[in-house]
Amino acid sequence: MLLVGRPIKIVRSERASTWFLFVLAAVAVVVPVLNQAVPESSAFHISSYGLTLIGKYMCYAMLALAVDLIWGYCGILSLGHAAFFSLGGYAMGMYLMRQIGPRGVYGDPVLPDFMVFLNWKELPWFWYGFNHFSFALLMMLIAPALLALVFGWFAFRSRVTGVYFSIITQALTYALMLAFFRNDMGFGGNNGFTDFKDLLGFDLHSDATRVVLVVITAITLGAGYLACRAIVASRAGRVIRAIRDAESRTRFLGYPVESFKLWVFVFSAVLAGAAGALYVPQVGIINPSEFAPINSIEVVIWVAVGGRGTLFGAVAGAVLVNYAKTYLTGAFPEVWLYALGALFVLVTLFLPRGLAGILTGRDKAK
Amino acid sequence: MSTRDKRLYLEKLSVSFDGFKALDELTLLVEPGELRCIIGPNGAGKTTMMDVITGKTRPDSGTAWFGRHIDLLTLSEPEIAQVGIGRKFQKPSVFEQLTVFENLELALAGNRSFLKTLFARLTVAQLKRIDSVLEIIGLAEHVEVPARILSHGQKQWLEIGMLLMQDPELLLVDEPVAGMTPQEIERTARLLQSLAGEHSVVVVEHDMDFVRSIARQVTVLHEGRVLAEGDMDRVQNDPRVIEVYLGA
Repeated sequence: MLLVGRPIKIVRSERASTWFLFVLAAVAVVVPVLNQAVPESSAFHISSYGLTLIGKYMCYAMLALAVDLIWGYCGILSLGHAAFFSLGGYAMGMYLMRQIGPRGVYGDPVLPDFMVFLNWKELPWFWYGFNHFSFALLMMLIAPALLALVFGWFAFRSRVTGVYFSIITQALTYALMLAFFRNDMGFGGNNGFTDFKDLLGFDLHSDATRVVLVVITAITLGAGYLACRAIVASRAGRVIRAIRDAESRTRFLGYPVESFKLWVFVFSAVLAGAAGALYVPQVGIINPSEFAPINSIEVVIWVAVGGRGTLFGAVAGAVLVNYAKTYLTGAFPEVWLYALGALFVLVTLFLPRGLAGILTGRDKAK
Repeated sequence: MSTRDKRLYLEKLSVSFDGFKALDELTLLVEPGELRCIIGPNGAGKTTMMDVITGKTRPDSGTAWFGRHIDLLTLSEPEIAQVGIGRKFQKPSVFEQLTVFENLELALAGNRSFLKTLFARLTVAQLKRIDSVLEIIGLAEHVEVPARILSHGQKQWLEIGMLLMQDPELLLVDEPVAGMTPQEIERTARLLQSLAGEHSVVVVEHDMDFVRSIARQVTVLHEGRVLAEGDMDRVQNDPRVIEVYLGA
């Protein structure tokens, strides 16, 4: 009896996961203290700007997790995940716009400013319900899920794979960007939504609200991470990796490959949508440029740098690359895009498993 | 004993591709628990026969029965796999990035839907099954090794193991020892012999030494027909066989 009663080592990145969750918990505890309790004169004080930055990085980390799950584990290179992120963001934005109420520039109790400006007389039907947070919350998750479901159903059923899939996901996010740029779509045109006042009655400009948002983002990121880890560590996770490595062989074993892809794609879209929804109240704006094709490509670079196929790698990649972006676009704005491109090339050539590959040393096993 | 008590019963199967007769009224019987070797020169119809049995190719005429009740010609490829016919292709195809254990786990019989596999837990019975298959294919020491670092022979055994996970009644094995070292060939011979008895095993092979070492019953195909059948000595001394195949 060789196996029975013996624990089988399935998840190898267990220790890295524990570290990541520990760091996340520390962020959720220490950041509020450093912002609220440490005086502004102290070097350890975290400013409102710092809070926004930390919250933003965590949203990006969640988006990176979503891309890693579908690309790193299932082998489907989605170059359209910014679309799901933006849809989640827009759903949150619609709620925040309704929250402004009569405090807008034009003072209309129902219509957001841009509708008054466009001379609209009443709220379009698809804005109904967004004054209720619970409805908006549902839409933040359902809208990306629905897009992923419909798009994925057609794409996977037609056996669209590889670079063709990547290209049509780029087309998808580009088409959505063009649509959202149009004023008569009813989403604020190229200005998008901004000038948010409050969320569930809490002032978005106060540090206390921002601190709570950071904590909520940390908790959501942690939950998303655990959910991804549960999927990856399950038998379904092994089927997903099998699909990545030998799709037709997996089909031959009797697994409904298309259905597995669709489930992972939809879950990944929901995760990206949640990231977008948390991103918008913290940065205070959402506009169609979030749909830009380049944004989706950037996420792929974060994941590649961190190490695709490892969840903590995706998170680390998102945070590190964005930290570098914050620094470089401040210090040498014209250098950033070149640096990003060079980084991607270098990682692809010399670190195929990303930074996580160095840490776990699994390159050697090849 | 009527012919319907055979494990596999092929009668007068004909397949032609663009006028070329790949199978020409081929008739073949395989007993339960038998280990049968099929030999023959290229184009003799060996692969086409396997394709017909597994539902990949449909014959123009003839019948194919699996046991007493199952008409293979009415079933689809996945259905044929379900009723207990496992096929091992020539090229090893295992999941390289997954461990030996994970490869066997994915081959377990069971519900294959996403949600079912998401919450699936291995039962003790399933662990025992994996355990016994590991024992049979001799990879017990490599349980946690990713399949990509196995040797060519070990990958072949792992794939046979994946077939065994589904406990098929009939195993079709396509050129199992091509590219193997002499030691690996010897182990493969023992492995296939140990499988016979519990399973019916049909092996297509070019390597005559290997066939001699394992086969009790040999069937020689030529131009889509059975040219000779019997034990190795008899087949080898058949003048027609010498002419078309062995003598060449």
